[in-house]
Amino acid sequence: MALLDITDLEVSFGPHQALRGVSFSLDRGERLGIVGESGAGKSMAAFAIINLISDPGRISGGSVTFDGQRLDTMDTEALRTIRGNRIAMIFQDPMMTLNPVLTIGEQMTETLLAHRSMSMAEARRIAVEKLDLVAVPSPAARIDNYPHELSGGLRQRVVIAISLLCDPEIIIADEPTTALDVTIQAEIMALLMRLCDESDMGLVLITHDLAVVSESCQRLAVMYAGKIIEQGATDAILTAPRHPYTRGLIGALPQMNSRGGLLKQIRGSMPGIDDLPTGCAFHPRCDFAVDACRASVPPLEVHGAQAVACIRVGEIE
Amino acid sequence: MTPRAFAARFFRDPVAVCAALVLLSLIVMAVLAPFLAPQNPYDPMQIDIMDSELPPVWIDGGEERFLFGTDTQGRGILSTVMYGMGVSLLIGLGAVAVQAFLGITFGLLAGYYGGWIDSFLMRLADIQLSLSTLMVAIIALAIFQAALGPGAYADLALYMLILVIGIAEWPQYARTVRANVQVEKKKEYVDAARLTGMPSARIMLRHILPNTLTPLLVISTIQVANAIVSEAALSFLGLGMPVNRPSLGSLIRSGFENVFSGQWWITAIPAVVLVVLILAINLLGDWLRDTLNPKLYKGR
Amino acid sequence: MHLLAFLMRRLVQAAIVMLVISVIGFSIQSNLGDPLRELVGQSVSEAERQLLRDELGLNDPFWTQYFRFLGNAVQGDLGTSYFFKKPALEVILDKFPATFELVLVASVMIVTLAVPIGIYAALKPESWGARILMTTSIIGISVPVFLTAILLISVFSVGLGWLPSFGRGDTVMLPWGWETGLLTLDGWEHLILPSISLASIMLPLFIRLIRAEMMETMRTEYVRFAWAKGIAPRRVWLTHAFRNTLLPVITVGGVQIGTLIAYTILTETVFQWPGMGFLFLEAINRVDTPLIIAYIIVVGLIFVVVNTIVDLIYTLVNPMMKLPGAAA
Repeated sequence: MALLDITDLEVSFGPHQALRGVSFSLDRGERLGIVGESGAGKSMAAFAIINLISDPGRISGGSVTFDGQRLDTMDTEALRTIRGNRIAMIFQDPMMTLNPVLTIGEQMTETLLAHRSMSMAEARRIAVEKLDLVAVPSPAARIDNYPHELSGGLRQRVVIAISLLCDPEIIIADEPTTALDVTIQAEIMALLMRLCDESDMGLVLITHDLAVVSESCQRLAVMYAGKIIEQGATDAILTAPRHPYTRGLIGALPQMNSRGGLLKQIRGSMPGIDDLPTGCAFHPRCDFAVDACRASVPPLEVHGAQAVACIRVGEIE
Repeated sequence: MTPRAFAARFFRDPVAVCAALVLLSLIVMAVLAPFLAPQNPYDPMQIDIMDSELPPVWIDGGEERFLFGTDTQGRGILSTVMYGMGVSLLIGLGAVAVQAFLGITFGLLAGYYGGWIDSFLMRLADIQLSLSTLMVAIIALAIFQAALGPGAYADLALYMLILVIGIAEWPQYARTVRANVQVEKKKEYVDAARLTGMPSARIMLRHILPNTLTPLLVISTIQVANAIVSEAALSFLGLGMPVNRPSLGSLIRSGFENVFSGQWWITAIPAVVLVVLILAINLLGDWLRDTLNPKLYKGR
Repeated sequence: MHLLAFLMRRLVQAAIVMLVISVIGFSIQSNLGDPLRELVGQSVSEAERQLLRDELGLNDPFWTQYFRFLGNAVQGDLGTSYFFKKPALEVILDKFPATFELVLVASVMIVTLAVPIGIYAALKPESWGARILMTTSIIGISVPVFLTAILLISVFSVGLGWLPSFGRGDTVMLPWGWETGLLTLDGWEHLILPSISLASIMLPLFIRLIRAEMMETMRTEYVRFAWAKGIAPRRVWLTHAFRNTLLPVITVGGVQIGTLIAYTILTETVFQWPGMGFLFLEAINRVDTPLIIAYIIVVGLIFVVVNTIVDLIYTLVNPMMKLPGAAA
C-alpha cells in the first residue's frame, strides 16, 4: 500500500462540492504534480490531505489514509502529531505565510518543540542547520530577524526550512513559486528538488504550470472543476495527452508547442462550484462534446499509460 | 447589492426588523408629540401641581390620566418623554449633519488635493480624535455657559449642542471619505472627467461621493446613536438642554434627585426610552455594517 | 519608521497640542476671568481700577500677556482658585489621586475581562456563551455611563444596601502626599460601583474590538500555516493570533483612554466622587475660572502623556518599527 492514499475525496461548502471525488496516491519518495487552472480545486486537495479546510468547508466523503491511519476522521490532537511533523506544507505566498510579529527563530523552534522533546538551545541549533540547508546566508544572524526584514525569495526559503524541520515523509507544496520573481522561481524549485532527492521525501506539488511539473515530478494529475480528469506518468501525459482538456492545456503551452505555431487557447472559462454543468464538467468548452457527455459524469478509467475521465477518449485520437 | 436582495436580507433578520419597527414608532411618537401626547407639559395651563409625583398606573396611587406617572411639577412623564425624545433626535440628527458636512468636505479636500492640505487636516483629525468628543464638548460648553451666563445660554443650548457635537466628530467622516477618494482618484474615469474640462469640485461630487455612500451610511447610523448619547450626557451634567425644553438627558437629570426618595419613575422612564432608542439604532447600525460590509477606516 | 525619528515627531506633536491648549486656556482667562474681582471689592472707582489694570499688565498686548501666562504656567502657576483661595494647580492635583485610582481600577477591570471574553467570542462565535456575551455587549454599549451609575446605585445602594453610593470612604495619606483609597476595605467598597460604571461603557467596546480583530487574524494565512505546522491550539490562539490582534487594540485603546477620562466627569458626578471631574463641574457652576483653566491644562497634559505612552508601546510591540542599530 502507498504511503498516502486518497480515495474518492469530497469537500463541500454548504450545498456545493469543491472536490467531487478525487483519488490519488503517493509512494515513499515519489513526486506527484497536481495541475489545473485556479479554482479547479488543487489547493483544496492539498489542504484536505492534512484535513485543514477552512470554514465553512468540510470533508464530506471519501478517505485520506497516511501510513495506515485515516486522517480525515482523526481528531485534531492526533492530527497535530502528523501536521508539520510527518507531513509538512509550503504555502503559496511567503509574504503572508510568516507571522509578522514573531522572529524567524520563534516560528522555527516552536515547530520543533511542538513535535520533539528537546531544549530550546537544541531547537535553535537545528533551526540554524536547516536555514543553512536551504542556503539562507548567515543563518545564525538571520534567525533573529523578523519576516519583514527578509526579501520574498528569502522568506520562501525560510518557509521551506520550516517544512524540513522535523524531517517529514511528505511535503505538500501549494504553488510554492507563484508569488515569487521569475528569476527566483527556478532557484526555489531546484532547491526543493535537491532536498527531496537527498532525504527521499515525497512531494505533492500543486501548480498551474505544466512546465514546472514536467521538470520535477514523476507522476501528474490534471484537475478540472473539482475532479481529476487525467492522471499518469508525467512523460506519458505530456507526450500523449488523451483528455481534451489536457490536450488544450499542453497546446496552450509555448515550449510544448512546435516553434512558430499558433498557441491554441481553450475557449470559455472553467465553471464555478455553484454552476457546474451536467455530465462532464468540461463539455461546454470541449470541441468533441456529444450528447452523451452532457448525460453523465465520466469515470476515471485506465487507457494505456494513463487514467482518463472522458467517454470519447478512444474515438478522438 | 441590489435593493431587492437588501430588502430580502432585512426581512429575514428578526432582530433588524424589530429594531427598525421600534425605532420607527419612537420617531413617529417624537415627531407627532404635539398631536399624540396626552398633554403639552410645557403649557402652564395644562399642568397642575396637585398632580405631582403620581406613580405609573400599574402602581398603587397611579391615575389613568398619567400612564407613566408625573414629575415633581405635575407633568405627565409620557408627555415629557415624547417631547424630550424629539429634542434628543433633533440634536442627534443635527449634529450628524454637521459632522457629515464638515467631514465630507475636509475628506474630499484632503483626499483630492493631497500635499500639505492633506497632512494638515489629517494631523488635525489625529489630535481631535485623541482628545475625546465628550471631553471637548464638556469643556467647550462649560466655557460658553460660564461666558454667557446660564440664562442666555439656555436659549442657545440647542444650537450649541448641535455645533459642538458636530464639530468634535468630523474626523470619522473625513478619514473614510479621504481613504475612498484616494482609491477612486487612481481610477481612469476621474482623469477622463478632468480631461473633458469638468471642474474639480464637480468631479469629486459627481463621481466620488456616490461610491462612498455605503460606508457613510453605516457610519452615520452609529454616529446618530453616539450623538444622542453625548447630548444626553451633556444635558445630564447640566451643560445641555434647559429644564423648560428638556431632552431625554435633562429629564433624567431632573429626576435623578428623586431616585433616592422613591420616585424612581421620573428618571427611569426617560432612561428606558433613551436606552431603547440607542439600542435600536445600534442594532440597525450593526446589521447595516454586517450586511453592506463596507471598508471602514480603521486605526490611525 | 525609525524609533527616534518617530519619538521626535511625537514629542513635537505633543508640544504643539499643549501650546494650543495653553492658548485656549489663556483666551478663557482673558475673556472670563476678572483678576480684579478677587483683588478689590465693588467700592473701588473706575480710575483706580484702570491704574490697577496697568500695574497688573492687563492692558498689555494680547501676546505679551499670553507669554506671561505661558511663563507662569510652565513654572506651575496657573492662578489662584476664587473659591478655595489656594493655587488652582494645587487644588486640582489634590484631587488627582481619586480620579487616577478610579481610572486605574476601571482599566484593570476592562483589560482583565475584555481580553479573555473577546478571545473566547472570536474562537467560538457560534457558541451560546458567545452569542449571549455579544448581545449583552451591544446592550452595554447602548446604556450611557450615567445611567449605569444610577442603576447601580438604586440596586446596590438604595435597594439592597450592600455598597455605599457616594464619596471615597476611608482613605490613607501616603508619605509623598498621595491620598489613597486602595489600602482600606471601606475605600474598596466605595470604589466598586464607580469603577464598574466607568468600565461599563468601554468593556463592551473592547470585547467587540478584540473579537473582530481576533476573528480577522484567525483567517490569515500565517495562522493557517501555524495549524499546518502542528502547533498546539493554545499557542496558535495566544501567540500567533492574539499578538497580532494587540496592535490595532492598542491603537484604539489609546484613543479610548481619553474618552475614559471624560467619562470620569459623569461617574464622579453621579457618585459624588471627590476627584478632578467632580471638582471641574463644581468649578463651572461657580465660574471659578482659574480652576477651570487648571483642569483643562492638567487634563490636556494627561491626554498628551497617555497618547505618547500608547504610541511608544505600539512601537515596541510592533516589530515593523525598528530600533536604531538593529540589522536592516
